[in-house]
Amino acid sequence: MVAAASRELKDHETVFVGIGIPQLGALLAQRTHAPHLTLIYESGVVGTQPQRLPLSIGDPTLVSGTYGIFNFYETFSMLLQRGFIDVGFVGGAQVDKYGNINSTVIGDYDKPKVRLPGSGGGCEIAGLSKRIVIITPHEKRRMVAKVDFITSPGFLEGSNTRAQFNLGGGPSAVITTMGVLRFDEQTKEMRLDSYHPGLSLEQVRQNTGWDLKASPNVKETEPPTAEEVRILREELDPQGIFLKKAVS
Amino acid sequence: MTSKEAVEKFVKDGQLVGFGGFTHGIPFAIAHEMIRHKKKHLAICKETPDLVVDQLLAAGCVDKLMFSWAGNPGVGSLHAFRRAVEQLVPHPLATEEYTHFITGARYLAGASGLPFMPVTTAVLASDLARHSNVFKTIDCPFTGKKICLVKAINPDLAVIHAQRSDREGNTQMWGIVGSNREIAMASEHVIVSVEEIVDSELVRRDPNRTVIPGFHVDAVVEEPWGAHPSYSQGYYDRDNQYYMDYEKNTRTQEEHEKFLEEWVFNISDRKEYLKHLGRERMSSLKTKTYYSAPVDYGYFG
Repeated sequence: MVAAASRELKDHETVFVGIGIPQLGALLAQRTHAPHLTLIYESGVVGTQPQRLPLSIGDPTLVSGTYGIFNFYETFSMLLQRGFIDVGFVGGAQVDKYGNINSTVIGDYDKPKVRLPGSGGGCEIAGLSKRIVIITPHEKRRMVAKVDFITSPGFLEGSNTRAQFNLGGGPSAVITTMGVLRFDEQTKEMRLDSYHPGLSLEQVRQNTGWDLKASPNVKETEPPTAEEVRILREELDPQGIFLKKAVS
Repeated sequence: MTSKEAVEKFVKDGQLVGFGGFTHGIPFAIAHEMIRHKKKHLAICKETPDLVVDQLLAAGCVDKLMFSWAGNPGVGSLHAFRRAVEQLVPHPLATEEYTHFITGARYLAGASGLPFMPVTTAVLASDLARHSNVFKTIDCPFTGKKICLVKAINPDLAVIHAQRSDREGNTQMWGIVGSNREIAMASEHVIVSVEEIVDSELVRRDPNRTVIPGFHVDAVVEEPWGAHPSYSQGYYDRDNQYYMDYEKNTRTQEEHEKFLEEWVFNISDRKEYLKHLGRERMSSLKTKTYYSAPVDYGYFG
């Protein structure tokens, strides 16, 4: 899962990252195929090369040795709104078949069953990055036909509904604990591109909250290399703080 | 001035308080003093309420919360916040919810003496647009395209923690500065707590590091470790264990009150708080030094 996330990033790109698996994916990319990747956190840290595994987006290790720090408003205006972010690495409690993300409430907004943290930077990161990569555990209750609340816009109701809001970009991939999903060019519906080693298309479908279609050339996800596994386990997350949440 | 004196003098029931700190430099010492003074009916604006506002919520000090991400960073939920919203415990909480960008823009407008700030229309594609009355959409007078305007926010009081200031309150900060300057400049009154009060000469030797000018600071309090369990860059690390313990030990209002007894009510000031924290834990949070190189501003005498 982490290796699959890292492969979505290209060298010299700028990526807005969150804590957990997204951050591990970005740090892995930085140590393998994308040494010039610029990691940006919503705390305003730009270009970090942390000395230890950061446990929050404002961890002090992100600061020491980074090449720049923006204040809060500048981070969202001059970096994101101005159009300098290539990739947003985002997650949420629910993701639907058009890549919309809910991190606000389960149930009704005014009488929520579960109150979640809310947007944070998510809404504008999803709206304004040149593309977004969604990273999420793959469970039926999380991968739903329609999210209870659109916190961060994906393709909204599919087809060209996102463009009607003058938003470019949109989700390019969804990396889950079970596979990699991408979007149909016309309908903008999510479909399975690959399932992780040891799993099958049928197993992924059983854990998805709608009738998931597969890409015509659906295949097994390329497994992580020995070197990627070594970097993750020995250098980036030796205590397994985030890795234990990422199956394969 | 002590934290106690600053809170007695400048914090009034019913005020709108802007809290500074974004993971870094969260003003816990002042907030704990506000809890001990049993402040009531506060409206609080903080983009990430963090444990600091969660504790004020559990203590019943807050009637209204303006926020954009209410979680325990890197750990999980804010239990008092969830109890207030899901179960109306200890009492109902009015909320105004935005995105981080909108919170930042509202502060910038307030700090700039403007009624609003224009921002991207991205939020219109979100369901947040249906639950907020802080922005309007207009046709841009220059391009004719739609644009959102968000309303300025001007708190009655800003509460900020920083690394250092002089006695006049010229406040310097490095590392993640968040919205501290905007919150302070938008507010009517400003309380600053710092790790150390230093000579004005030291501040004047590095003026680019100043985030708040002393003429706008009402009270400056020297409060070493005043941001614990958050951190102060170069002084001490974030106490991640506290954040994890908080997740486990504040799940019910009863447990939460016990937690507040231990860390706030049974403690008279920050000195006693540090005694309770203990030398061993404090030394485990001390960071190794990693100095910047001095820069030459030039001398013209």
